[in-house]
Formats: sequence, structure tokens, C-alpha cells
Amino acid sequence: MSAALKLENLSKAFPVGKRLFGAPKGIVHAVQPVDLVVEEGETLGIVGESGCGKSTLARMLVGLLPASTGSIEIGGKPLNNADPAEFGKRIQYVFQDPISSLNPRKTIRQVMEAPLKRLHGMGKADRDRRIAEIFDSVNLRQEFLERYPHEFSGGQAQRIGIARALAAEAKILILDEPVSALDVSVQAQVLNLLADLKAKLGLTYLFISHDLAVVEAVSDRVAVLYFGSVVEVGRAEDIFRAPKHPYTRLLANSAPVVGRPLTAPEGRETELPDPLNPPPGCPFKPRCPRATDECAAARPGLLPDEGHRVACIHPLGAGD
Amino acid sequence: MTGYILKRLISAIPVLFGITVIVFLIMAMIPGDPATAILGSYATPENVEKLNRDLGLDQPLVARYFIWLGNMLQGDFGRSFALNRPVLDEVLDRFSATLILAGTSFVLCAVFGIAAGVVSAARQYGFADKAITFAVLLGISIPSFFLGMMMILIFAVNLKWLPVSGMYAIYGGGDLPDLFWHLLMPALALAVVATGVVARLSRSAMLEVLRQDFIRTARAKGVNERRVVWRHALKAAMVSIIPVLGIQAGFVLSGAVYIEMVFQWPGVGRMLVDAILKRDILLVQGGVVFVAACYVLFNIAVDVAQSLLDPRIKT
Amino acid sequence: MKKFFQLLIRNRLAAAGGVALSIVVLLALLTPILPLQEPNVTNTANRFVKPFSEGHLLGTDHLGRDMLSRLLWGTRLSLAVGFAAAIFAAFFGAAIGIVAGYFGGRTDNIIMRGVDMLMAFPYILLALAIVAALGPGLVNALIAVAAVNVPFFARNIRGVTVGIAHKEFVDAARLAGLSNTRIILTEILPNVIPVIVIAMSTTIGWMILETAGLSFLGLGSQPPQADLGSMLGEARSALITNPHTSVVPGVMILIIVMGINLLGDGVRDALDPRLRSGALTRPMAATVVERESQPPAAHAEGVLTMTDLETQFHVGERVYKAVNKVSLNVAPGECLGVIGESGSGKSVTALSVMGLVASPPGVIVGGSVRYKDAELIGMKYGRLRELRGDRVAYIFQDPLATLHPLYKVGDQLVEAIQVHHKVGRAEAWKRAVDLLKQVRIPNAESRAESYPHEMSGGMRQRVGIAMSLANDPDVIIADEPTTALDVTVQAQILSLLNDLRRERGLAIIFITHDFGVVAQLCDRVAVMYAGRIVEEGPTQAVLDAPAHPYTKRLIACVPELGEGRRRLEAIPGLPPAVDRLDPGCAFAPRCLKKEAACVTREIELARVGGRAVRCLYPETDLKEAAE
Repeated sequence: MSAALKLENLSKAFPVGKRLFGAPKGIVHAVQPVDLVVEEGETLGIVGESGCGKSTLARMLVGLLPASTGSIEIGGKPLNNADPAEFGKRIQYVFQDPISSLNPRKTIRQVMEAPLKRLHGMGKADRDRRIAEIFDSVNLRQEFLERYPHEFSGGQAQRIGIARALAAEAKILILDEPVSALDVSVQAQVLNLLADLKAKLGLTYLFISHDLAVVEAVSDRVAVLYFGSVVEVGRAEDIFRAPKHPYTRLLANSAPVVGRPLTAPEGRETELPDPLNPPPGCPFKPRCPRATDECAAARPGLLPDEGHRVACIHPLGAGD
Repeated sequence: MTGYILKRLISAIPVLFGITVIVFLIMAMIPGDPATAILGSYATPENVEKLNRDLGLDQPLVARYFIWLGNMLQGDFGRSFALNRPVLDEVLDRFSATLILAGTSFVLCAVFGIAAGVVSAARQYGFADKAITFAVLLGISIPSFFLGMMMILIFAVNLKWLPVSGMYAIYGGGDLPDLFWHLLMPALALAVVATGVVARLSRSAMLEVLRQDFIRTARAKGVNERRVVWRHALKAAMVSIIPVLGIQAGFVLSGAVYIEMVFQWPGVGRMLVDAILKRDILLVQGGVVFVAACYVLFNIAVDVAQSLLDPRIKT
Repeated sequence: MKKFFQLLIRNRLAAAGGVALSIVVLLALLTPILPLQEPNVTNTANRFVKPFSEGHLLGTDHLGRDMLSRLLWGTRLSLAVGFAAAIFAAFFGAAIGIVAGYFGGRTDNIIMRGVDMLMAFPYILLALAIVAALGPGLVNALIAVAAVNVPFFARNIRGVTVGIAHKEFVDAARLAGLSNTRIILTEILPNVIPVIVIAMSTTIGWMILETAGLSFLGLGSQPPQADLGSMLGEARSALITNPHTSVVPGVMILIIVMGINLLGDGVRDALDPRLRSGALTRPMAATVVERESQPPAAHAEGVLTMTDLETQFHVGERVYKAVNKVSLNVAPGECLGVIGESGSGKSVTALSVMGLVASPPGVIVGGSVRYKDAELIGMKYGRLRELRGDRVAYIFQDPLATLHPLYKVGDQLVEAIQVHHKVGRAEAWKRAVDLLKQVRIPNAESRAESYPHEMSGGMRQRVGIAMSLANDPDVIIADEPTTALDVTVQAQILSLLNDLRRERGLAIIFITHDFGVVAQLCDRVAVMYAGRIVEEGPTQAVLDAPAHPYTKRLIACVPELGEGRRRLEAIPGLPPAVDRLDPGCAFAPRCLKKEAACVTREIELARVGGRAVRCLYPETDLKEAAE
């Protein structure tokens, strides 16, 4: 297997309180330097709570946001969005809010035609044939093509969003919370569709969600993000069953599960640290039951280099 | 708060600077040279040249600007040739009259406009709403100078309740009641349009706010409806009404020009129109810069009021 | 019907404006071919002829010129100048606004500083300065009026463009390979044009007024040519002796501008989708009750009992049956979960209890809600208000939107207390801080001084909970209180609610879409689908052996943590729209066990012991399960 997507030292810092001239008042590190590899044909899940930087990361990968440091390689070649037509054929994005990702004043056909025309330069007949093909594969009826976005339910609109991404024929899809705006019964339909498409077309997914159970159900591997850093990466079946990072365990224990009594996994009432004024060292230290003074010394890196990696100097063992 | 006011004042400096540049550039577009305009077409070339030199008009544009700016910063706005008196003295005299007129109108339009908007929104589609909506529509459609003329015809000429024009009676006037009776018609005529605009925007701002979740929360707490409307909703709506008031102040000041013409009010607007017709350029320049600067300061006050109301604005 | 009538009146006004304006425009267009006298031929012998005289329908002016002719020629001029100024201003303003809004960053910053600079002038000063520089004249007045309006358009359009440029469909277009120019032309512009049209329709009348104003001052059209403004200006000196020379052009300006404004409002209403859907109507203090029959007797005991509650949304001709004969009850110390997907009617049920469904369009058309012995539906507003927040309190979903942004949280708690209790401010503040402590907010004293935007989502929801507890209510209705929160914060909030309920013996109705939450918190659960209860029973029993096929399959399609990678059991199809419900079971079209009988008649909610199901072929036989 070769790497479909390789991030090295990728980070994003936003200046806060910009002025016309001179330095900004502060800097928020939305994404701390991240190294990640997504293998071809793999689904990498990225899970984290709001403000952890998962959407910023996704937007950098598709060139919608410039990175502050680091590099992105897609299929062995460095990311280059100078030519939008070349770039769009290599990586595509499925948005969280299906309705607002469709222009309210365009018919679905016009939406679908844009990538075919701009990225592949197809003629009218080819486009119609290709649209029909794609619509079949996402279980949408042809008659939808002449309608406008507001006529669709969230689930249908998300299928259209997926169809548009497929039209670019990119092998890598970034799925940014693709089902969190949908009801559970529709959510399962869309997740199954994504699984089918992946098997059929040999796609690679980066699946971003705040819902642990959903991520676990669709991913091969999962990366847990906290406060802009990857704190743990591992196989999906291991990561919540046997978490190594105290934050991953907190997440897993917080998810409401049928049959588990209600407990507050954290004794204290805690909040995220202030992004403008982050604590030194491990950002989870103030909430961590295992924290020691060492944790404040430096931000721990991901170890070991392969397999189940964790960024913690007191990782949880089998007995914890 | 002092820090915020100071910050806003400092940020006004480039705006004031820009205003002088814009005014200067517009005035520099005037075809022909002002000296001929001042002295008339029968002036000898020697006289024209001398005057040009006296006015500094033989200098390059940039130098002329900085001379003008430098003088203004020292309080010297130049001399009006038509009135033969310092521009600043004339502007200050006239501006105080305008301030009385426009200030009164502004207070009227803010108070009545907001009240009408709130009542209208609270009784949406009721009789009060329809009546207010129609009155507002009439108010924003009528030219203020025409309204002023009709008011003169009705209240001064036919009914003889109020004086026809001017700021004080020519004989024996000059006290406060005299000013009040003279002020009544022009201030009302001037306030009508702005009241309409404020009422309209207040109504839609209130309707927008009344649908918000926090209004439902207030009701769920058991807060009574009057308090929901006049406290919870109006306070939130003021966030979008206050900037409108800032803009309306500019409209009131602008409308004052017409009203001053109609009512022979000795304000800065009438002065400017006369100065333009007489090509009294220094007076136009000085008057425009002075009034614009006052308006900039007023808008800073509006921003400060906004920051007092809304804690989300970083001070 | 009433709303329809109101819409008609609004449209009639717009139509009236349109008709008046069309007549004026038509006359102005026809002026050159109408049999009129020459507008500029003076005849001083015939000065100030009164209107309705022989040969001069509207009389003559101070130079003996025919007023009718001058009026029509003047109207022609004023209209042309006004429209030209509006189009000029809209074009340049929109172009500047779109460029600034779309590209953002430094481009935006520089352009908008310039615009702000121009807006720092009271507009007439700028117009006067321009006229002073260019010299008096109609074309120069037009340029001045248009130029001072460009910044207004630019700022307005920029705001709209910024909103659109950050929409996801613009990102999608970029990823589809569209260039910036193409994105502006095909994605941004079509969405901005309605705003431009609205802005034009609302400012065009104003521009006509302004050009007329400059002419009135003698700075616009120069004699002998006259537009309406200069006609008024010339007539001013004869105002007292011969008012008709002023009234005629003045009334014409009024007619034109009024017509434009009426039509403009109509255009705005038609183009603004929010107005069209009635979203800008003001919700009333309590939901409208139009209950024809007597309230039914309570179906069960409880501190709060709903019986056959029916709430609908009346939008135009459509009737959405959001809550369709729902019966629920909750006892002191009990937590009842109401679970369903969006559109199932669970939130509307919750809001109906205290009349908090937005009206219009909400109407409670039947059923009863009893708090102890008091019937809440149709109760006098004053009495209902006394119970709100005092005996029955709410916790809402998004704590940022549900707290007032401009009041300190302490003050909002103080208000909640003082509404129902006569206590001084100091005492109320002390109690407020106490409440914040009870919901375990650290540093409660200083937190009471905070504004909602200064707190995190979890802390805000604690404030929401504290507010609901302010008057020691008997019932708390929690409408998805943790949906907007992160999972670790949700766990904290749920355990807090659970502790409070046990300490205080609160009855809680908990609205959610999450089975995990229901399982952990609720004693009993009711499942809603398309406005109806389809199943009800003790939580454990329902989860272990769901009786309704919908419940069973809904549970199956939710992924649960710890089961690894797998395929989910999706439910095909969509929930039905509640304005077009077919008879029988609403779930039938998606159900694998559907039979003909399912869709022929209404299916009753069959109660056996503590459980109930609305299904002819339940997954679990409740009688067997009871034994």
C-alpha cells in the first residue's frame, strides 16, 4: 500500500485582532504541527470536540485554507492548488451542511455540470451520460436534476453533495461531518452509501466527526484531536476499547451508551483551555487525573512511530 | 471606557485627514481660476495674478493643500471674500443655528421613530401598525421642503399660529419662547422623513428580535409581555437601531439645508448654498470640512453609546 | 384566512402604487406628443392664472407659462434623472461591494476605508461640494446624487456578499475548478441581484427627492428648463399669494415618490424569502388556542398530564399537524423521555404545554394539558404567565441563543426570581449566586457578573438550568438541552440534571433524539413519529424489547460505541410531511411488515399495563411481555 495522503508538520495559526498595519494582538494555533499518513483505500477517522481544529485541518487539505507550516502530499506529489482544474481532480470535499453547500439559485444539473465542465472539459453529451451514471450510483432519481436545492431533504441534499464530489473523479474524499446534520435514520443510509462507493470505486476517505460511534463504525484507523493536536492514533477497534490517552478514555466514557449507568466521568466541572493563552506542556493536563508536574514541561509527541501511537507521557496500560 | 473613547478618537484622525483631502480635491476640480471668479471678468491680468499669489494659487497642488491644512490646524480657515470676514467666524455663527434646528429634529426623530416602531411591531397587523405604517410611508415620500412650504401656508399664513420664518422675531424677540415658536415648524418638517426611516427600521429590528430564542426564554420565565417588548426586545433591537440613528443624524443635517432655505433659518446650509452660487470657495471648503468633522465626532459618540449597550463589542 | 386578507391588502397597496406610477411614467413618455402648450413660452400678461381656467387647466406661473405643460415636462425630467442616478449608483456601488466582499482581506480593507471616508460626510455636503466644483446644472446634480449614493450601495452589497462568499457552495465551486471571475458571475451575482433590486427599489424614490432638492436650491436644472424641484423653487417666492404654483409640482413629487415606495415595498416583500414564508411575523405572548370541543378528561394521574393534545401550524392554506393527539403524563420525581427525529413533533409538544409555540403560525386546536388540577390550554394569559417559570420551567437547546446577549447572567437569574417573588435586588442577587453554585459553576460570585458570550457552552447551559430552578418548579421541560454540547460536557450536564431531579423530586420531561441519553436518564420513554406517539413504556423494557417496528429499527440504525466497524441497518425512505398525512400508520411506507390494514384506518394506541404501542403487528406482544 502506498500513501494517498501524507501530512508533514502541518499546522495553522490564525492571527486574532488583526490591524491594518503592525502585528496582530494574539495568535491562535488552531492546528499544532501534525504528521499523518492516510494509506490508499483506507478510511481514516478524525474525531474531536468543537474547537479541536478538525475542520481547519480538513480545509487545509483541500486548499481552501493555506497552511502556516508543513507540507501536504497527495499521491506522492506535493499539494499545488495553483491550477484549480488539476487540483480538483485529485482531492474532493463533502460538506457538513448539505443544503448550504448547494447554490440556492442553481438547478442540480447546473451544480453537477460544473466539475465535469471545468475539471474534465466534457462535452454536453458526455456530461449527461456521466451525470446519469453518478446519480445511479448514489441512488438519486434523474428527475431531481431540474430541481432547486430547497426542494430536497437533508439526506437527499447530502447525496447530491456526494455525487458532486464523485463527478470530479478524485480518489480522495475529505468528509467533514457529512452526517451530523442528518437524522439518525437518514444518517445510516448515507453512511452505508459511502461504504458502498468506497468499495466500488476504490476511494480513500478522511472522515471527520464529533460522533465517536459513527467514526468507529466507518473507519479503519482513528486519530483523536484535542486542542489542535493529535493525541492518539490507532486502529478503530482498539482506540475506544483500549484507549491509551486519558482524553480518549474520557471521550469514550462520556458517550451515552444504552445499558451504562449515568456517571460524570470527570469529577470536576472543567472547560477547554483558553486558545489565546494555552497552558504550557500537555493541553489536557488541567483536566487529566494522571497529570504530574512533568506534563507541564513540554507538549508530548506521538509515540511510537508505528501502530497505536499516543501523545502522553503517562499512557494508560491494559490494567487501567 | 476612557481607553476606548481615546482609541476611537485616534482612529478618527485619518478619517478627518481623508475628509480634508476629498474636499480639497473636489474643489481643485473647479474649472478656471478662482481669482477671476472673485474679481470678475473685467479684472486686469495683473490683479488676477496678484490675487492668485495672495491666495497661494500659484503653488503646486500638494503644497497648496498643506498650506491650507496647516492654516486650518491653527484655526485659520481663510477669509470669505463675499462676506469679507474670517470663514471660521461665519461658520461658527451659522453652525450654532443649524445645531439648534438639527439637534431638535434629531431628538424628535429618535424618540418618536423608535416609539412608533416598537408599537408597530408589538401590534403587528393591528390598527396601530397599519396607521403607523401608512403615516411612515407618507412621511418618507414627501419632500421636506414642500412639507415646510405647506406648513407655512397652513399654520403661519392661514391660521396665523406660528411665525412664517426666521429664527427670532425682528422686533423684541430673542428670548427662549420666541426661539421655540420659530423653531417648531422647521424642526417638525425636518424630523418627518427621519422619523419615518427610524420607525421603519425599528419595526423590522423589533420583529427580527421578537422571533429570537431569548424572547421565548423570557416568556418561559413568566416575564410579562410589556417587559418582554420594552425591555428584552427593545434593548436587543437597539443594537441595530443605534447605527441607524448615527446615519440619520447625517440625513437630518443634510435635510436642514432645504429647511433652512424654506424657513429663512440662518444656518450653515443656507450659507453653503449662497457661497456656492457666489463661488465663495474658501467658505464652501471651510464650511464642509467643519461640519463633516463635527459629524465624525458625533459618530464616535454613537459608537461609544453602542459599546455601552453591547458588551460583545470589545472596548 | 385573516392572514391571506392581510397579504391581499399589502399587495393591493403595492398594486395601487404601481398603477399610479405607471400612469405618471406613461404621461411622461407621451409628453412630447401630447397637445400641450410650449412649456417655456412666457406671457407675462397672463401671470398667475388660477387653476381650472380656460386654456390653462392647472393655471400659469409667475411668467405666465402653462403649468400643466411645465408639470409634465418637469416630471419627465425628474423621473429620467432619478432613474439614471439610481442605476448609476447601483451599478458602481454593487461592483465595488462585490469585489470588496468577495476578495476580503486587504482589498476589502482599503476599499471599505474609502467608503467609510465618503460616508463620514453628511451626504449633502458631498453633493454640494461636487456641485460647487462642477457648477450648477441638472447633469451635475445627477452626478452628485449618484456619487453620494455609491457608498451606501457598496456597503450594503458588500455585507451581503461577505455572507455569501463564506457559504459552503462557494467553496464547492472552487473545488469544482471555477475561477474567481466565474465564481463571482455564476455563484455570487445571482444571489446578490435580489438584494440590489431591493436596495434600488427602496432608494430610487429618495434619489428623485434629492435631485429635486438640489434643483429646488437652484443648483440643479437651470432656467428656463425646469424639473419638479426647480418649479417648486421658483414658486417659493409666490407661495403666499399664489400657492397653486407650489402645490402642483409638490403634489406630483409626492405622488411619484409614494408610488415608487409602495411598489418598492411590494417588490421587497416578494423578493425577500423570509417575508414570503411569514418568518418575520411576531410571535404572540401565548400560543393561539382554537379548541372547538370541550377539553377531554385527563387520561392519567400525574403532576402534568397531556391528553389528546393537538397543535398545528397554519401556513397559508396548508395545515401541518405537528402534534396529533398526544397523551403523556409525568409524576413527581419521574423523568419522561420523548424521543423522535426532527419533524416528529417532540419539541412542539414540549412548547405547547405552556403556550410557547410561536403563533402565528402555531395553533393549539384540541386536547388538554393539566398541571395538577389546572387546565393550561385556554387558560387566561395572566394566570398562565404566573405559572410559567414558577411551577413549570423550561430548559432550551442552544444556550447561546436562549440567553439574552446584553444582560449579565446574574441579572437574568434575578429577573427570573423577581418575576414571581417580591424580593429586593440584593436578596435576589444572593439567591442567583446560590443557584449558580447549585449547578456547580465554579466562582459563582464572579460568574454572575459575566455576559453569556463570555462563557463556554457547558457553563451557559448550567445557567439555563439554574434559571429553570430559580423558583423551585414542580416540572421541568428540557428541550434537547445537550444537543448543542460536546460529548464530555453533555456527560457533565446529564449527571447534574439527574442529581437535581433526585434531590428535589422534580418531574422532568426530556426531549431528545438520542437513545443513549434516554437510556441513562429517563424512567419512561415515549417514541414520536410524524406527530404521534407510536410507543411508550418503561425505558428498559422498550429498549430491550421494542414493540413498534419504527422503535426497533431506529435503535438498530444508531451506531453504538464499542461494536467496531460494521454496516448499519438503515431505514429506507423519509419521514412523511405532516401536512399530507395518509390515513393509518405514518410509518407504513417504510415498514417491512406493512399490510393492507395498516393504511386503511386510524390505529389506536393500545395500552397494556405500563406499555403502549400504536401498531397492528407489533414486534413484541405486550401482553406476553407483561406476564
